[in-house]
Amino acid sequence: MLAVEGLLTLPGHIMITQLRSHRLTLRQRDAIIGLMFVLPSLIILALVVLQPILSTLYLSFFDASLGVAASRTFLGFGNYLSLVKEPLFWQTIGRTLYFTIVSVGLELVLGIAIAQLIHSHPPGWRALRTSLIIPWAIPTIVNGAMWRWIYNADYGALNGLLSQLGMIDKYVPWLIDPQRAMNLVILADIWHSVPFIALIIQAALASLPTEIEEAAAVDGANAWQRFWFIRLPLLRSAILVALIIRTVEAFRVFDIIYVITNGGPAFGTITISFLTYLESFSYGHIGRGSALSFLISFFTLVMAIIYIRILYRPEETRA
Amino acid sequence: MRKGILKRIGLFALTIPVWLFIFMPVAWLIISSISTRAELLSTPMHWIPQSPTLKNYIDILTPGTTTSEVARTFKITMMNSMLVATLVTVICLLIGSLAAYALVRIHFPYREAMLVVILGTRMIPEISLVIPLYVVASQLRILNTPVVLIITYLCFALPFSIWLLAAFFETIPSELEDTARIDGASRMRTLFQIILPISAPGLVSTALFIFLLCWDEFFFALIFTSTIRAKTVPVAIAEFTGRYAVDITAMMTGGVLAAIPPVLLALLFQRYIVRGLTAGAVKG
Repeated sequence: MLAVEGLLTLPGHIMITQLRSHRLTLRQRDAIIGLMFVLPSLIILALVVLQPILSTLYLSFFDASLGVAASRTFLGFGNYLSLVKEPLFWQTIGRTLYFTIVSVGLELVLGIAIAQLIHSHPPGWRALRTSLIIPWAIPTIVNGAMWRWIYNADYGALNGLLSQLGMIDKYVPWLIDPQRAMNLVILADIWHSVPFIALIIQAALASLPTEIEEAAAVDGANAWQRFWFIRLPLLRSAILVALIIRTVEAFRVFDIIYVITNGGPAFGTITISFLTYLESFSYGHIGRGSALSFLISFFTLVMAIIYIRILYRPEETRA
Repeated sequence: MRKGILKRIGLFALTIPVWLFIFMPVAWLIISSISTRAELLSTPMHWIPQSPTLKNYIDILTPGTTTSEVARTFKITMMNSMLVATLVTVICLLIGSLAAYALVRIHFPYREAMLVVILGTRMIPEISLVIPLYVVASQLRILNTPVVLIITYLCFALPFSIWLLAAFFETIPSELEDTARIDGASRMRTLFQIILPISAPGLVSTALFIFLLCWDEFFFALIFTSTIRAKTVPVAIAEFTGRYAVDITAMMTGGVLAAIPPVLLALLFQRYIVRGLTAGAVKG
């Protein structure tokens, strides 16, 4: 902490003495003030983001463990190469992509549908819009715990409901099959995240100009055409925001899996973040863990760039 | 006229599945929290508790000797969460609004690059930072203290607050502050006497989002804390799912208690949440 204070006061002191001398122009003075306003944030981010991410990159080239007197051996790209050779790594990547694509895809479709529904102002739409905030505001861990209880094999509400409706003969141990467990985790994630997308899209819908659609209606465009060719393109930037945020989050999913399945059964629901967690903190292989977590950052960045490339149009071409 | 009514009925029918989808799980969460364990584990299952009870809440809020360790300490973890989330929110508003104002209104070298870098940090997952942070925190002997959470939460909360505040500050017409600046007000005075009061709604939005983000945070808390000295609510709830038996009533009751502060805040400040979301907000 001492070092931080030193950093904060020393350049600040120099800058203030420079300010007092009248050699600087007004503009330069303003620029220095601007830098000083940003400086505390930059220092904090350097300490809690920049330094750690660089250390992670550095560590990923070593065989290192979490122990106190840990010996480190330089491996170069060894950690990365050994990961790429393991089937478990690729299975985990595949599973993470499955989770990401299915959950974000369904969330987007349902979110737009619900936003559209609210936008057509059915009776009680205000109350419905308010209610959407509840699943979104419930903490992720509580959401996971709730669904875990609903999926319980012996006493769960899902079994109770389905058997009372006559849809199943006897109780199903839902989370015993990895693929099904993954799909049920996705359902829990959808419950939590659809409201987020619906609220963003609904707010965007409410701010759209109505003239274009009215003109199109006069020209004979049906409701579906108006939605597909006019409304959806106008919603592009809202969809882009929702899509980027949700994809980035889904790809690094951890909390909800930790609570509902704890990665099981038989590692059947571990995602890339969960694997990183196990490698680093259960097995203590922080070199491999670092390599994995660096790959997550890399994938995230690539996805963000792809989305922006596909969906973002500069102002000129929008017209 | 008739057609209009039919259409409205049809639209309302479409909302019914949405209503059910939202409220069925929540209802079950609440019902489970006011049921006795015996009733929850009885077959065939019934939905409305025959003998609803507040015992589960009393057990957690005024713990006796019979309740489990996690239930007994739950209140303390609530306090820890409250402390961490509140302090991070205050720090982010103070430091973040300085940075956001400068990035939006003051011309200085590398301003745009800084903005991009700060936004870019949103893309870095916590898991890519956790190992070095853990190593440094253990060297500084601050593991398992609220301090380690307050410092490390800044890695996502600070960039987020700068981004959101910058979006709000940008909407304020610069003529307003130009007048003050011509009259000789310093940047600091302009910020605190003109910009911040006008952007009060933006500040409320930002504070809400940061508080909710911190209240929700699980991963760092799981890694960095181990005892009630610093453990937060999400960790406590995850611990209800013990290795052998799940203390289901305690878990559901804890879940309701943990959900009350964020849900209440979000409902009370609904307008600000939607405003934040449309300003490009970033909580999923």
